[in-house]
Amino acid sequence: MPEGRRRRRRGSTLTTRDRLTLVGMVAVPTFLVVAFILVPTILSILLSFTSWNGIGGLDRIQYVGLDNYVNLFTKYRPFWPALSHNILWLAFFLFVATPLGLFFAVLLDKGIRGTRIYQSVLYMPVVLSLAIVGFIWTLQYSPDQGFLNNLFGTTSRDEHFIDWLGDKDINLWAVLVAASWRHVGYVMVLYLAGLKAVDPSLREAAQLDGANERQTFLRVVFPVLRPINIVVLVITVIESLRAFDIAYVINRGKNGLELLSILVTNNLIGEASLVGFGSAIAVVLLVISLGPIVYYLVRSVRAEAE
Amino acid sequence: MAVRHAARGSVVATGLAVAALSVSAVGAAAQGGTVTVGSNYSDEVPKAAFQAALDHCAQQTGDTYVVNTVEHGAFQDNINSYLQGTPDDVFTWFAGYRAKFFYAQGLAAPVSDVWADIESNYNPAFKGASTADDGEQIFVPFYNYPWVVIYNKAIWDEKGYEVPHTLEEFTALATQMQADGLIPVAFADKDGWPAMGTFDILNMRINGYDFHTGLMAGSESWTDPKVTAVFEAWRSLLPVHQAGALGRTWQEAAQDMIAGRAGMYFLGTFAGEQADEAQRANLDFFPFPTLGTEFDAQLGIDAPIDGFMLSREPANADGAKDLLRCLATGAAQNAFLAVSPNNVAAANDADTSAYTPFQEKAAAIIAGSGAIAQFLDRDTRPDFAGANGMQSFLQSFLGEPDQDLAALQASIQDFWDTLPPQ
Repeated sequence: MPEGRRRRRRGSTLTTRDRLTLVGMVAVPTFLVVAFILVPTILSILLSFTSWNGIGGLDRIQYVGLDNYVNLFTKYRPFWPALSHNILWLAFFLFVATPLGLFFAVLLDKGIRGTRIYQSVLYMPVVLSLAIVGFIWTLQYSPDQGFLNNLFGTTSRDEHFIDWLGDKDINLWAVLVAASWRHVGYVMVLYLAGLKAVDPSLREAAQLDGANERQTFLRVVFPVLRPINIVVLVITVIESLRAFDIAYVINRGKNGLELLSILVTNNLIGEASLVGFGSAIAVVLLVISLGPIVYYLVRSVRAEAE
Repeated sequence: MAVRHAARGSVVATGLAVAALSVSAVGAAAQGGTVTVGSNYSDEVPKAAFQAALDHCAQQTGDTYVVNTVEHGAFQDNINSYLQGTPDDVFTWFAGYRAKFFYAQGLAAPVSDVWADIESNYNPAFKGASTADDGEQIFVPFYNYPWVVIYNKAIWDEKGYEVPHTLEEFTALATQMQADGLIPVAFADKDGWPAMGTFDILNMRINGYDFHTGLMAGSESWTDPKVTAVFEAWRSLLPVHQAGALGRTWQEAAQDMIAGRAGMYFLGTFAGEQADEAQRANLDFFPFPTLGTEFDAQLGIDAPIDGFMLSREPANADGAKDLLRCLATGAAQNAFLAVSPNNVAAANDADTSAYTPFQEKAAAIIAGSGAIAQFLDRDTRPDFAGANGMQSFLQSFLGEPDQDLAALQASIQDFWDTLPPQ
């Protein structure tokens, strides 16, 4: 075991202080992860097999087996709509909001006149919390007093009435526009930073080779942006899975705005909570989230190995 | 549990002993104790009104009242952890099942000894709404308000409308309003709970008070054809209701009625909070029309009672009970209503001579009813009434009133059946 011996010898060159620092650097994050992520996750999974109203001691928690999951999948009306809304949210962000952010970034990167103003305007919503975004857009969409209906003459006093927030066939799209308003700015800033970092000589070389603007972007610049693409992809997936605030502000996630995160919240807080049932929904959300997380980890670990 | 209780008890006992020592040391300080009050009166008008009532009581008892005000909705959402943590001595709450639930969970203390002193000041119905299943009183009523059809008098005088008493008169009037270019009945249910008022009144008119309370308590079934009849009656009334209710808040609908764009609005009299003083004098109301059933004479109505409860281990129990005794007097309730005249006092010795015509009428309607319910989300278990429960079911009905009612009712009953036993 020559390797092991070598390692041991190298280890012995560390001073006590070094060792303590190392232990601290490993122990503190490990403790935080275990205490605030692993333990609560495991407790949630355990609670999902129980029935408890959140009042009183642990002795009032009752084991109910798979009842919560059976109810969730077979009887609980908001569950399937919520799941499909989350998927729709993800698709909309992936195929509409994120490309739009990239598009703005490319335009602004060209240094058009007033680019700083455009940047600020597009980035401004990112600084606002989603709860405030929800409030702002409620004012736009409100049926009779809202800006949109008064602009188009579509309040309930008129013939063609559009109930932006109350019609369950429309309200999710209305909310997606509001959420994208913020997401576009976020993606734009990430790509803008990435584009600034692209080596100008690459573009020059492409142009010398006779590539037009589109070819330069698609074949040269975009592939170089790969690290940013992955970050943006991860952010987009995470934002879609944890979508919560706007729909919650608008109507607490009822009537067409059901989302998994809101179902969890509605069952866990309130006057009488269904802690076990809410935990079961949380576990479903966890399982779904594990997909992209594992994909991302595998990729980044493999990239490091290379 | 028992062990933990004993431990907690000894801590409290030590605390009391220390407190007793310090009180005896200071002597006179015992006179002016401090009582903490958790309040959900967060809106401007009720907040000022509650302060006026507390100021009155502070003068009476010599105690100091420290108010901890939390936004109305957040107060309800967090009530569970609030009461399990370190709650204030006295907290604002609602009568009926919603009070009993927290008492049954051991999160509130009985106030039967307070009731021994205040009983003569309340009608028996108030005592019933304040009594838990074990016979203890757990709640002190402060005021209540009826759910009625509110309208703008000036518009009605101008158009010559008459108050309808029966459903036929009501629909005839609504049709007339439609012809006159008005929205007949303002309607809003974005928050999920206002439509419960319409369900309650239709159920009480069609099936009577006993069936209604049975349904709320779970002894009647939601798949009963009687419930179908309620939804069908509601469906037939929807064409005269304002469209797009699910995107509108009750505040917006109330403003439509106050401004005269809508002819009527069925809501609690708190709709008046949306009107300024001049507009409020213009508001009038009448009880929901009768439907020609055997329960017409009952004149059942939602008249929710707001009031106070005592937390499970108040730091200053004696002071808290003195405060409750004071809040149970007409004088304290008058102090509140002078600032917020949208409700009527619960106590018998309240001075009604200062009532506005609006309040006089509200009091008369409540007094004339033979069956007073609280409100759907106060009469049934909170998890059933909540956002993913009845709120969602009623919104689903209003979004698609032509849907298969049997399927909707079955899913309501299913939801009730999946709730854990209490």
